[in-house]
Amino acid sequence: MSIRNVDMLVVGVGGQGVILASDIVAEAALVAGYDVKKTDSLGMAQRGGSVVSHLRIGQRVWSPLIRQGEVDLLVAFEKLEAARWSSYLRNGAVAIVNNHALRPLSVNVGTERYPSDEEVSDIMRQRSDRVYTVNGTAKARQLGNTRTLNMFMLGCSSLLLPIEVQTWKECMTQRIPSSILQVNLTAFDQGRKEGLDGNIR
Amino acid sequence: MKRLLSGNEALALGAYHAGVKVATAYPGTPSTEILESMARFDDVYAEWSTNEKVAMEVALGAAYAGVRSLVSVKHVGLNVSSDPFMAASTTGINGGMVVISADDPGMHSSQNEQDNRHYARLAKVPMLEPSDSQEAYEFMAYAFDISEQFDTPVLVRSTTRISHSKSVVQVNRSRVVPVRQVGFERNVKKYVMLPAHARLRHPLMEDRLVKLAGYAETSSLNRVEWGERHLGVVASGIAFQYAREAFPKASFLKLGMTYPLPRELLHQFAAGVDTLVVIEELDPFLEENIKAMGLKVVGKEITPRVGELNPAIIEQGARGVGLLTGVPAPRKADIVAELPRRPPLLCPGCPHTGIFFVLSSMGRRLKLPNSKGKSSRRSTLTITGDIGCYTLASYPPLNAMDTTACMGAGIGQALGMEKAGITNKVVAVIGDSTFLHSGITPVVDAVYNQGKITVIILDNGTTAMTGRQDHPGTGISAQGKKTKAVDLERLVRGIGVEDVKVVDAFNVKEIRVAVKSCLDNPELSVIIVRGDCAVRVPRRSGPRAVDTGKCDQCGTCLMIGCPAIQSENGQVQIDTALCVGEACTICQQICPRHAIGPQSEVEGTKCP
Repeated sequence: MSIRNVDMLVVGVGGQGVILASDIVAEAALVAGYDVKKTDSLGMAQRGGSVVSHLRIGQRVWSPLIRQGEVDLLVAFEKLEAARWSSYLRNGAVAIVNNHALRPLSVNVGTERYPSDEEVSDIMRQRSDRVYTVNGTAKARQLGNTRTLNMFMLGCSSLLLPIEVQTWKECMTQRIPSSILQVNLTAFDQGRKEGLDGNIR
Repeated sequence: MKRLLSGNEALALGAYHAGVKVATAYPGTPSTEILESMARFDDVYAEWSTNEKVAMEVALGAAYAGVRSLVSVKHVGLNVSSDPFMAASTTGINGGMVVISADDPGMHSSQNEQDNRHYARLAKVPMLEPSDSQEAYEFMAYAFDISEQFDTPVLVRSTTRISHSKSVVQVNRSRVVPVRQVGFERNVKKYVMLPAHARLRHPLMEDRLVKLAGYAETSSLNRVEWGERHLGVVASGIAFQYAREAFPKASFLKLGMTYPLPRELLHQFAAGVDTLVVIEELDPFLEENIKAMGLKVVGKEITPRVGELNPAIIEQGARGVGLLTGVPAPRKADIVAELPRRPPLLCPGCPHTGIFFVLSSMGRRLKLPNSKGKSSRRSTLTITGDIGCYTLASYPPLNAMDTTACMGAGIGQALGMEKAGITNKVVAVIGDSTFLHSGITPVVDAVYNQGKITVIILDNGTTAMTGRQDHPGTGISAQGKKTKAVDLERLVRGIGVEDVKVVDAFNVKEIRVAVKSCLDNPELSVIIVRGDCAVRVPRRSGPRAVDTGKCDQCGTCLMIGCPAIQSENGQVQIDTALCVGEACTICQQICPRHAIGPQSEVEGTKCP
């Protein structure tokens, strides 16, 4: 992957830390010597809405937006969002999905239905059979801080990106307050281990 | 030094290095971070102005006094400030003055889709359009130089995809402040626009445009990149990046300065290619100006006038007119099963929730699950609104807003409806920052013209939707320093409103009593609903929980639309990680079964 471009989507729900995670990917890619562009679609408010970050890493990047059907790596912090953005995957791309559901209000009030795990899986597999499910939220909770989910997911994704572990950690150190840095570094390590154990590649 | 910067950060850094002394703005997505970045520089005066008109006037005054000044607004903010913007063009400046307009194609966070490039032509001012963060940084230096060289404000037009994308910037300058005496030199023919003086200025503006067009011919802002000669693409801004990707081998005329256009350069470029194409987002601004030069050009046959552009749309359009051949059409997106949408919501603990629940239920707009009598056939209350987080109350389940036009519009609209003679009671809701921005003058109007409406000011002590900026009501400056706070209650009373109530945003009963009283009052009334923005609650304690023994699944608590309240398999639960607890308790107050309380006191929450 070191020569070709990597087009990556990070998706989730407002408040899950998608933007910080994709910022750190972009900064790490810059340190690793790549051209990089990143753009976020936030919708209107910060909280509770669907969030997507487009990341493009390569020798020379033009458009910050990735076309549908051209994403190499989808990192989803939530299952419904994984399904929603799966049409961006190119055939055979990798998707890493956090096994966690956040029900939208319309589901809570009963006007819409949250898809079953089978339905999510079927939607994803239309594009790729390289879909990896990880228990990020559970692992982050075990660490005592559910907000470390984003760094856990980064750890899983790091196996697929041409960036050294040391670079990841330097960039995390620059962006994360020192009081919560250690737990986030641990979450990253655990994510990377989960990726290795789960044979994500 | 290479840095990864958003377009907005790069614009601010470029302006800082260009020696800006005074920077003004009113928050508005996608422009907000420009002033936030400026406010971090100690040697710049940066202010959140009351609105964009004031921002433009403060910057204009600073420019008259000889320093470099910057105004940054979103596209509709330039509408608000268009009056002094036109004046700035007429008088010209002294120190350089740059106006950044951040447009929002695709309306990610806006009430309309508007192409502000037309403002350059309308105001007869030069316009630059950066296409990434590197250019955003570099173009600011050009913009200030052009401003001073040609005695004109300069419009720098960004878009959401420029302002909010991050890309690599080679930072190759440091701050240089022009050596110039600060001071205002009286010159009535330049600065006092009596008709007699303005008549002298207009020919100078026309002459200025001719000179600027000459500058555009040779400026390095505009450049030709020769590729294959069968296709020549003219593009600027983010559209250039998309076009480079869609036509990797074509020749390009990359325009950094898009008004006035370089006539000779365009003719030369057109002569060097077989087919001339313009790729631009929204309106055919370049296309029409280029066609007026007598050139044949393909434009809106390829790209839509509506919405945000991307490389796939360009490719599809180009394929449609035969300009792209041999490139296979990408496979269509799979038909994904209907998935539940996830629109943005009012936060857990939002101080707007209580008042909108009261308006919605009192106006018989929402049918409470266990309410007696017939369901709501017709609402008895009309609620006019405007722009802010509170606009989200228009969504179900609250359904508590009927109009949203522009900042401050709800109050005038309410008065207009009343004067038109509608039988419903009309209330206008407006946020604190928005009220100061443009709600004061319509209240003056309502006092003067004896309106009978109720104005509800939602005072959450911040400009929430754009990311919690301070405003005159908070008494904290853009740099975070304590200043003087404008007192909303005294302001409203000072205008002449007699029925003014201040209520606690988290006390549903108090809100209900106040609203009822005002609706019964045949005079103009104002309710200030005060409560801190949920995002500002410093420490959360006492999350609420549902007592499953008492809960009869009536669903009333779901009607406030709180994201912390979730229903799984018919049982309502409260997500303790999301609930703000003691600071809110609205669900607890409205539960008919008294089944909600502090988690520590409620039984049976451990086993859902």
